[in-house]
Amino acid sequence: MDVNLMRSVITAVLFVVFIGIVLWAWGKGRRADFEAAARLPLDDDLAEQPLARERRLQP
Amino acid sequence: MQAQSTQSTYNYNVVRQFAIMTVVWGIVGMLVGLFIAAQLIWPELNLAPWLSYGRLRPLHTNAVVFAFGGSALFATSYYVVQRTCHARLFGDRLAAFTFWGWQAVIVLAAVTLPMGYTSSKEYAELEWPIDILITLVWVAYAVVFFGTIIRRKTPHIYVANWFFGAFILTVAVLHIVNSAAIPVSLTKSYSAYAGVQDAMVQWWYGHNAVGFFLTAGFLGMMYYFIPKQAGRPVYSYRLSVVHFWALIFTYMWAGPHHLHYTALPDWAQSIGMLFSLVLLAPSWGGMINGIMTLSGAWHKLRTDPILKFLVVSLSFYGMSTFEGPMMAIKTVNALSHYTDWTVGHVHSGALGWVGMVSIGSLYYLIPRLYGRSEMHSMKLVTLHFWVATIGIVLYIAAMWIAGVMQGLMWRAVNADGTLTYAFVESVKATYPYYAVRLLGGLLYFSGMLIMAWNVFKTVRGQRAVDMPVVAVAQAA
Repeated sequence: MDVNLMRSVITAVLFVVFIGIVLWAWGKGRRADFEAAARLPLDDDLAEQPLARERRLQP
Repeated sequence: MQAQSTQSTYNYNVVRQFAIMTVVWGIVGMLVGLFIAAQLIWPELNLAPWLSYGRLRPLHTNAVVFAFGGSALFATSYYVVQRTCHARLFGDRLAAFTFWGWQAVIVLAAVTLPMGYTSSKEYAELEWPIDILITLVWVAYAVVFFGTIIRRKTPHIYVANWFFGAFILTVAVLHIVNSAAIPVSLTKSYSAYAGVQDAMVQWWYGHNAVGFFLTAGFLGMMYYFIPKQAGRPVYSYRLSVVHFWALIFTYMWAGPHHLHYTALPDWAQSIGMLFSLVLLAPSWGGMINGIMTLSGAWHKLRTDPILKFLVVSLSFYGMSTFEGPMMAIKTVNALSHYTDWTVGHVHSGALGWVGMVSIGSLYYLIPRLYGRSEMHSMKLVTLHFWVATIGIVLYIAAMWIAGVMQGLMWRAVNADGTLTYAFVESVKATYPYYAVRLLGGLLYFSGMLIMAWNVFKTVRGQRAVDMPVVAVAQAA
């Protein structure tokens, strides 16, 4: 296959892949998963909280 | 909490090292910037060949981008990946190698660039032996980072890690391709590419260095530290997924806008312009996602200087990612290119976006690495915020005016077709703006000194604390 044709085909395929990603991200089934993922940075404090309280007691 | 086995704590040691060095290299890199800004006003300051503008300018860019920005990225990515994967960093020794290796690269740059050793490729000036060291450090970085992702105890890979991961992978590819060279001696090499191909490879690298080193990595910071500091999850997680992939698919094409009206084929220039315009969408999607994370918690912005840093950094991100696509339009570029407008644009991104998001993240991070809940003085953080913001505004306003003025003077022609102004007249007209720029830079630099003092007071006498790894994966 001509290398330039291949380049065009790859570009078109990647565009379709991107559209696919957008549809996937807006899919109904994703909501719960995404909510769990979005909590990740906040949940990691659960283990830290008793520590923080402890520290506040120190002068 | 101190004496756990290495399995049960996070590796904060390497995060601490990089966090402290971010402040140090920020001060060094910005001091060099101040000096070259002063040289543009007082050329007498070109005191010796190794102190001349031509050699110090790449030292400034390398120091602020790779030493300051790079250390900030290492520190935050190592912290975020551990915290959001509930796993200790993979490979303690390898992580230590990335720290000492990266510091060695910076020191070598600080020695070789003033000596005049340069490959003359912008943002990639370092000669080939240093390029090889960079490659080794970067591969180790990738192993540590992705090794930690593989070790994760959480079902999801948090979006910040996607951005950090893309930054690490892409910079590896960019660095290896653009630095390909034929060495003729230990200190001299020639690019593997020639002519317009060399220019295109250079700006494919150069613009993606902006897109992935200076954007994707710092978006990773944004997606962790803004939700953290605001105490709320990111506004829309699905938008963050689309934001990520849109940025990845688009940035790679934007490089040719650095080569408008050159020997680069016209169609390539047009593609570069088109994709630069498309980039506005993912950039603003990300900015909106970050800012809207505060919806319902806007009042925190009034009292929390760390949130001020983070949110204002996003405002500058939005501003410069609007300005960038505009400047990529060929007819606008005909006016703006080669003028100080470009310098203003870069600094609104660098001081406003990259600098402020890093500083805000460090103010969150540093006390936690030393077992404290906040910085020694939050008043000094507020002072830093205002000094830095006023500094940026002075800097970029001066460069906008100077740049548009230069562009207009250079293109002005008399009725008989001769140039209205000699080049030196445009230089003379720029002096007052150079003075305002120096003042703006001085303010931003003073802010870094305030930060250094505050950091010193925060960590002095504190024991380094390594937090225990969160034991159970939360499935929430």
